[in-house]
Order: sequence, then structure tokens, then C-alpha cells
Amino acid sequence: MAKVGLFIPCFVNSFYPDVGVATLKLLEYFGYEVEYPKEQTCCGQPFYNSGFMKEAKELAKKFFNEFNKYDFIVAPSASCISLVKIHYKKLLPKEEFELLSKKSFEIIEFLHDIVKVKELPSRFPHSIALHLSCHGLRELELATPNELNLPYNNKVLNLLNLVKDIKIKNLPFAQECCGFGGTFSVNESEVSIAMGKDKIANFKKSGADFLVGYDSSCLMHLASIEPNLPIKHVVQILASGL
Amino acid sequence: MKLFHDSNWLNSALWYVRQKRDNASKLVPEWEELREAASNIKAHTITHLDYYLEEFEKNALKNGIKVHWAIDAKEHNKIVEKILKKHKAKKIVKSKSMLTEECGLNSYLEKKGYEVIDTDLGERIVQLAKQRPSHIVLPAIHLKKEEVAKIFHENSSDPTYLTQVARKSLRKEFETADAAITGVNFAIANEGAIVVCTNEGNADLGVALAKVHIAVMGIEKIVPSFEDLAIFLRLLARSATGQAITTYTSIFKKPAPKKEIHLIIVDNGRSDILQKDEFMNALKCIRCGACMNTCPVFRRVGGYEYNYVIPGPIGSNLGTSRNIKEFGKLGFASTLCGSCDNVCPVKINLHEQLLATRFQYKELVKEPKDIFYKVAFWLLKNPSIFKASLTLAKYMPYFLYKKAWGKKRVSPKLAKKSFTQIYEELKGKNEQKKDFRKN
Repeated sequence: MAKVGLFIPCFVNSFYPDVGVATLKLLEYFGYEVEYPKEQTCCGQPFYNSGFMKEAKELAKKFFNEFNKYDFIVAPSASCISLVKIHYKKLLPKEEFELLSKKSFEIIEFLHDIVKVKELPSRFPHSIALHLSCHGLRELELATPNELNLPYNNKVLNLLNLVKDIKIKNLPFAQECCGFGGTFSVNESEVSIAMGKDKIANFKKSGADFLVGYDSSCLMHLASIEPNLPIKHVVQILASGL
Repeated sequence: MKLFHDSNWLNSALWYVRQKRDNASKLVPEWEELREAASNIKAHTITHLDYYLEEFEKNALKNGIKVHWAIDAKEHNKIVEKILKKHKAKKIVKSKSMLTEECGLNSYLEKKGYEVIDTDLGERIVQLAKQRPSHIVLPAIHLKKEEVAKIFHENSSDPTYLTQVARKSLRKEFETADAAITGVNFAIANEGAIVVCTNEGNADLGVALAKVHIAVMGIEKIVPSFEDLAIFLRLLARSATGQAITTYTSIFKKPAPKKEIHLIIVDNGRSDILQKDEFMNALKCIRCGACMNTCPVFRRVGGYEYNYVIPGPIGSNLGTSRNIKEFGKLGFASTLCGSCDNVCPVKINLHEQLLATRFQYKELVKEPKDIFYKVAFWLLKNPSIFKASLTLAKYMPYFLYKKAWGKKRVSPKLAKKSFTQIYEELKGKNEQKKDFRKN
């Protein structure tokens, strides 16, 4: 069986370990041999998005050394994977970039396109509203961005619909940025918070029990604005019966 | 950046335009192919400007258009002044042109005693309010109808009434103007013709009544032929306002009897941008403004929070590609959500270019907060320290964000056990199980 290198972004490791556990469970459930390389720290995104090219390059190199040995690299974070899959082009030599790019997957993408999951034993008897974070939406194409005139598909919903007893409610402006934007939330905190508040207001309009997303960073940003916001990562729902 | 004083209102006003764009674009089944074609045509022409500009000039001269070349804003303004002097023109009616904003033409001419009247309704409103356009297609989008009524010294804020007021007053100006200045949306190389798109017909009326027409264009406005133009015309108005086409699409090919058309072709830094691989795509822009209507940041802050003459995602690109020190901060005023790339009718990689400006900016400008990144980097590249001192590692993102997040936000709570710890425990159990089985 193919060997998967589990990539758990640094902040998920510290703040949302359950998201890591759910990812691990899902991969093992589908029969993959999963290894969590202990030397991993960060993919370099905070540095890359803040203009620190030298630091980002060094962390990309480190990531390559730790993860290149696996058949697949999987992480429960769309924006980190989008860095590896797309933006490492600017950080690594061409050959190394291509090696990593074709085997790195965000967990939903992996379950949907590689494992081709058609059935899940999970059950989640609650209603959810799905926020489509930007990098997963527009860079990894987990769903069809609404700006484009293309047939609509939503890989996240395709998987969530396999979960028993789940109710999916419509989130108004689901494709609108939540305002996190990594260091944007620090540099432009007033605008960032205003965008977050709009997202939370839309969640309340949806009437759903949980606000669900595939990027813990966006959910973390929203929960920092409203501490008791009921947030869940998609994998926590997909793995709810495992 | 600061939020616009009524950011919910501005947000919905701009989102309404974005929705109109969505509806219009979705009625065209080949929309995505059109975008691809337009992007490719622009990529081709901006990399063959030497050929197309000369072809255009040759044909325009043949048609009787007088062609001038301006290396920068200063030269552009001087040429306009020279033409006005020659025709003893004192009053000028102007239709919309972001290039004249870029060159500061109005204030240049006003200082010299000329009377310049902006005739696009939105432009006229901001001119009377002594403001600059806050949006390239909707210059007065930041003003409510009540505010417009005040600017017009009118009691009624009925939009139709106010439009009639402007129309009546502008009509007099058109009738008495000596010269008409217009922008150029497209220049057709093999025809030597220029195309001006407006919704109000103000460019046409100005040109029809005045004895001299001065058209100004950046070097990137060129397209090879009418066949190419057809693609852009299908994209432009749909992207800008959701209309199938602008109310007026006028092609000027030669001057009317006893009249003159002067065309000023302006570089003003464009050939410098063209030399920068990472930024040259910004020259594909056809000034539809769709990136502003979709940008979640622009919709909440408005155009005046951007210190470059063109605001929003495309403006941040153009500004930073001109002067990274002066405008570099604009590259950071984006969440990099990428929506602008998707609405752009010529597929400019706007958010990727914004990212590229960040690297250039950080190479030039050092800031006190850099120390956070240096410390975090040191921790992250030394996993032994990072892992051995788990407390420290656990506090890493906390420490990075706390300063800015602490004020109006609650910092996220650290989990009791990190994933690393949980994983090791789980693995330990599995090992025990395996050992048990072996025994």
C-alpha cells in the first residue's frame, strides 16, 4: 500500500490537534500506511506571504527533505498545500518542485480524487454551513469559483453528502474571503475583523449548527472574533464515525 | 487602511455591480474562451508593441489623424497645451480618461488658465466636489444620491432629476467648448482607428461640437484588428457593469471636414513595466474595474485608501510596479483571495503579482516587526529546539499573532496536547500491540 507522509501545519499541531487526529484516522481507514515525520515544522507560508523569500526558500527545502520520500503528502490545510503544490515553484529547483507538486494533496482532494471515496461509515446528526476558503477554492479548485462560467462542482459537498444524517444549509456569500489572509489579519486588522464579522453574520443567517471549513486558519480567525463560534473542520465530520 | 465610513453600504453597492457582471457573463457560454483569447491577444500585442505601434501610426497618419508621442506625463501635458494654444482653445470638455488622471492634466491646464469640464456624470460629480475618482468606471460610487444633491445645490435627491440637472448644465458647456479631450479604449493597428466606449455619449457630443479632438492613449491600448476588437467589446461592458455592450461604442478614423484629430500616445513608465516579467501582465488591463467590484477589501475601504491614482487590485499592481518604495505597502493590503484573477476579462494574474511585490518591498524596506519573523524562522528551522521545547514551540504562532490579535480578538486556546504528543502516544500503543502479538 502507498505510504503517506502526514503534514500537520504548525498551528493545527498546537491549536487543533483533533483535526490532525481525524485526518490520520481517515487515511488509515482507507488503508494507507501513514507516517508523521517528526522533524516537520512549517511549510514557510507566513514567510512567503510576507515577502521573506530567503526564509521561505529554506523552509521549502526543509519540507522537501522531510517529505519527498513518501508516495503521497497529505495535509488538512488547503492553503499550506496550495503553497507546496503551486507556490513552491518559486522556492525550489524545478525538479524538486515537480516531484512535490504532483504528490501533495489537501485531504479532501486526496479522498475525492485519489481514494475516490464513495462510501463513509460516518454519521453527523447536525446541520452545517460550509465556508469555502479562498486557496482551496481558487487555487486547488475544491469547488468551482462562482466568478467563472464553468459547470459547478463541489468536492467538499460531494464528500459531506456521504455522511449520514447531516443537514447542509446554505451559507450566504460562502465564497467570500473571511478576512484572515495570514499576515493581512495583522497588517490590516480593522478590515480583517470587519470581513470576519460579515462571515459570522452570514453563518448566523444560515441557521446551521456548525460553521465548517477546510482551512483551520480561517476558522481560527473567525473564532478569535467570536470565541464561542461552533466551528468544525471538514475532516472532523468525515471521520465522525471512525 | 481604514474602513469606509459606511462600509456596508459601499460593499452592497459594489457587490450589486459584481452580480450584474456575473449574470451577464453567464449568459455567454463561451465566456471563459473569450477571456483566454483576450489574454492571448494582449500578451501578443504588448510584446510586439514596436511593430503594432508603428503600423498604427502609419495608418492613422494616412487617415489624417495627427499623431504625437509623449515619453511621460509632463510631455503629454505640454503637447495638449500646445494643441490648445494653436487652436486658441480656452474651454475644454473632457470625457473619461484614467490616463489624464495619471498625468494630472486637469490641474496642469487649470493652473494655466484653461477651463476643463469633465462631462462623464460621475467624473463631473467628483470634479465639482473637488475629489478624485474613487473607482475607474464608477468615479463617484462612494457618494450617495443625497450627497450628490448637495454638491449640485439641489433639494431633490431623485437620481433621474439630478441626472437631468447635470445634463442641462453640461449641454451648455458642450455647445461653447473649443476642444474635446477623450481617452481611448482600443487603437486598431491595421486601420489606424481609435475606439471610445461610453454610456452617456459625452465623448461623441464633445467631439461632434468642438473643432478639435484630442485623444490620449497609453501605448498598451493597441489591438491588431477589428476582429480582435470584437472579442474585447464582448468582454468590456459585461465585466464593467453587466451590460452586453456600452451604449456608445464610437470608432474615430479620420477628422470631419475642417476639423482635426490629435492623438497622443503616452509611455509614462509603461515600457519600464514591460521589462519586468513579473508585472508586465498588468499592461493587459482594459480598465473594466471588475477587480474593484469583486475585491472584498476594496468593497469595504473604497478607492481613497489606495495611494495610487488607480485603486483596487489592478491599481496596487500598477502602482507597485512603478515605484515599489512609494506604493509597496499596497501589495500587503490584500488577503490574496484571488477573486480578482477570476473576474479579470484578460486574465491578469493579479494576486500572484501582488505577492511578487511583497518580496521586492521586503528587499528594500526593513521594519521593526521583521524581528518576529526572524525569531519564528530560527525556531522553525531547528526542529530539535522546536520539538524539545514544546512549550516554546506551542507558543510560536501565539507569540506571532498576539500583539496584533490581542486588542479586538481573543487569541486561540492552546490544546492540552499537541498533535505531535497525541501521535506519539497512539504510536506507542500500536507498538505495544505489535509487541504483544509478537510475544
